[in-house]
Amino acid sequence: MPLTWLVLILLTLVGLGFILGRRRALRSANGDARLLHSRPHFYGANVALSTLVPSLGVLVIWLLLQPVLIDRSVSHMIPPEMVPADTTLGLVMSDVRRVAEGLDVAVARGVMSERDSNTLRTELTDLRARLGEVGVALGQDVRPEVLSAAQSYRRLSHAGTMGMTLVVLAVAIAGFGFSLIQSRKEFRARNVVERGILSLLILAASLAILTTVGIVLSMLFETINFFGLHDWRDFFFGNTWAPNFRGESELSILPLLWGTIYISLIALFVAVPVGLFAAIYLSEYAGPKTRSFAKPLLEILAGIPTIVYGLFALLTVGPMLAGLFGQGGALGVSWMAGATSVLTAGLVMGIMLIPFVSSLSDDIINAVPQSMRDGSLGLGATQSETIRQVVLPAALPGIVGAVLLATSRAVGETMIVVMGAGAIAKFSANPFDSMTTITTRIVSQLTGDGDFSSPETLVAFALGLSLFVLTLGLNVLALYIVRTYREQYE
Amino acid sequence: MFDAPTIGSTVELQDSKITASGVHVFYGDTHAIKDVNVNIAAKTVTAFIGPSGCGKSTFLRCLNRMNDTIDTCRVEGNIHLDGEDIYDRRVDPVQLRAKVGMVFQKPNPFPKSIYDNVAYGARIHGLARNKSELDAIVEKALRRAALWGEVKDRLGAPGTGLSGGQQQRLCIARAVATEPEVLLMDEPCSALDPIATAQVEELIDDLRTRFSVVIVTHSMQQAARVSQKTAFFHLGHLVEFGDTPTIFTNPSDERTESYITGRIG
Ligand SMILES: Nc1ncnc2c1ncn2[C@@H]1O[C@H](COP(=O)(O)OP(=O)(O)OP(=O)(O)O)[C@@H](O)[C@H]1O
Ligand SMILES: [Mg+2]
Repeated sequence: MPLTWLVLILLTLVGLGFILGRRRALRSANGDARLLHSRPHFYGANVALSTLVPSLGVLVIWLLLQPVLIDRSVSHMIPPEMVPADTTLGLVMSDVRRVAEGLDVAVARGVMSERDSNTLRTELTDLRARLGEVGVALGQDVRPEVLSAAQSYRRLSHAGTMGMTLVVLAVAIAGFGFSLIQSRKEFRARNVVERGILSLLILAASLAILTTVGIVLSMLFETINFFGLHDWRDFFFGNTWAPNFRGESELSILPLLWGTIYISLIALFVAVPVGLFAAIYLSEYAGPKTRSFAKPLLEILAGIPTIVYGLFALLTVGPMLAGLFGQGGALGVSWMAGATSVLTAGLVMGIMLIPFVSSLSDDIINAVPQSMRDGSLGLGATQSETIRQVVLPAALPGIVGAVLLATSRAVGETMIVVMGAGAIAKFSANPFDSMTTITTRIVSQLTGDGDFSSPETLVAFALGLSLFVLTLGLNVLALYIVRTYREQYE
Repeated sequence: MFDAPTIGSTVELQDSKITASGVHVFYGDTHAIKDVNVNIAAKTVTAFIGPSGCGKSTFLRCLNRMNDTIDTCRVEGNIHLDGEDIYDRRVDPVQLRAKVGMVFQKPNPFPKSIYDNVAYGARIHGLARNKSELDAIVEKALRRAALWGEVKDRLGAPGTGLSGGQQQRLCIARAVATEPEVLLMDEPCSALDPIATAQVEELIDDLRTRFSVVIVTHSMQQAARVSQKTAFFHLGHLVEFGDTPTIFTNPSDERTESYITGRIG
């Protein structure tokens, strides 16, 4: 485990650096910490960071690059005719890596000497059997090209690991020595350490942003592929969703978008009034006792996984609605063909969103300062007048933000729709019809056994990107509203 | 020894608007007001003075039951408005507060336009039959609070966008607009310049012709200028209560004298 050792050595250096840096700085001030520019531990932290950060950076980059570079140089050794028509170079390369690992294991177990492993010949040894003995199973006999590729793969990675260890240690020691020499009393260690911490924070922030960008880019490439295979006019302006794995599909987002919007609207019709009223009751009327058990109870509702809500839709709400509005139902109207419908999914999704809306709104209403209520009550307004005319208007931007966040959750919801709304893509205004949404179609297009490069599969990325743009738009709108009207009461 | 309560001079009961007797206020376990007896006369200005934290605001808030909004707060004793117990269960605090208006220590304009801030009370109590009457109420209230000249061109701007002193006058205008019978003002001039202060004092003097005004102030000069009666609070006790000239020229309690001359604060 050379990597573990390397990391341990690094950490030891870091600890040592902290102690030595601190001590050296103190000594330069003759032990009087007040003469130092910074508090002593900043000198220690400076040495520790100078040792750790550059070397760790080199280590990470090396670990990321080495396999790529070795793969590239080794794959030259595999002649093109070696790659059978039904596989790819990547598969052969994974064979190479398998064999190389097998040799590593064999050497580590002492079944084979290091020299043997480098001079093995397929003509002379049954490598598959020998590796089988140490527990490395190979799918087929090893071909000579693969073996020699594996042998050079091993050589290169050994050399790489060795080089890595040396370089990382050198960088660490250089940082250690340099910063230790710096640790004198006039050195501004605090500023340096704080700048270092600042860059760590920036790094974390940019990592999150870069991930988002990466996700979008990967979707974007696949989406571009899709539009190369399928007419964009059909996708954006067509009116039928009819994927057909033999080709000639009609893949329009519009019926799915309609289903998404319809179900989300019903969900919001349920969640917004109920959630808002619950929040008003909890924050303005309920006594501390009621609050202390009602609020956690509502928040439990928020912790239920959506698949459970889906079951609720499938087993309870759907049949109940069918029993009311279906054929031979209690109302005798037979509007509903089956248990799955827009209404089923919308209602259950609404229930799911209630705690989301209520808990966000509750926080927002509580943030309205008490002095605002006092002002209104002091003028002889009743409590409900105060709530309607002062508290809610003051909290409105935040509440709108909460509703928009709830909307983007509704738009992105999948499980409840799968289990509650059915799988038929169509334009219909009847809430008792089955319908489907963008999210569920993404799942079904990707989990089908279609070819990964067919438009029927790639359409999932275009749908995903559209969904991303939709929810991003909603979130930006929410942020904009919250920002514009915030601080009004400060 | 400073803790000992002293009841102020005898008061004429016949024209008293508010009578408070044996009032105690507790915040949880904190005993903030200790056995206070006060008569607030009709058509007079009463000043509450005393060092910071002595309970002036607390007592003021008892007079229109604003302490009801604080969960931990408990009020004991009797407070009568026009002979009626305001803490009686049959009394609606909402109606009480319409009669006993309040200007708070910290300006708290609503996040609404200047116009809507002032029109708020009038709208709730239906004081105006149409838009032009409401306009008149708003203009009059803003003029009385010495704010009209500064805001008449931007009545639609948010009240929260005004300066601290302007917000304070906006809150005064808001309270005056509902025409209360008693106006409680908690340090209404703490953020005002001398000119605006003079204008607010003029307003107080004007209000006195019809209403009672209770004003909390840290300025001895202000108390002496605007009030006819002064109450001195110290550590939750009402130490001395009487005619303003008497309190300022010839206090009977040594604590009052030390406070007025600036020796305790
Ligand atoms: N909401 C509250 N909860 C608990 N204690 C409070 C509360 N409000 C006031 N108190 C306490 O009651 C006492 C009186 O406070 P009050 O606000 O009446 O003082 P004050 O005389 O108005 O002072 P200032 O001149 O600084 O405004 C103080 O000791 C204060 O700490
Ligand atoms: Mg006060």
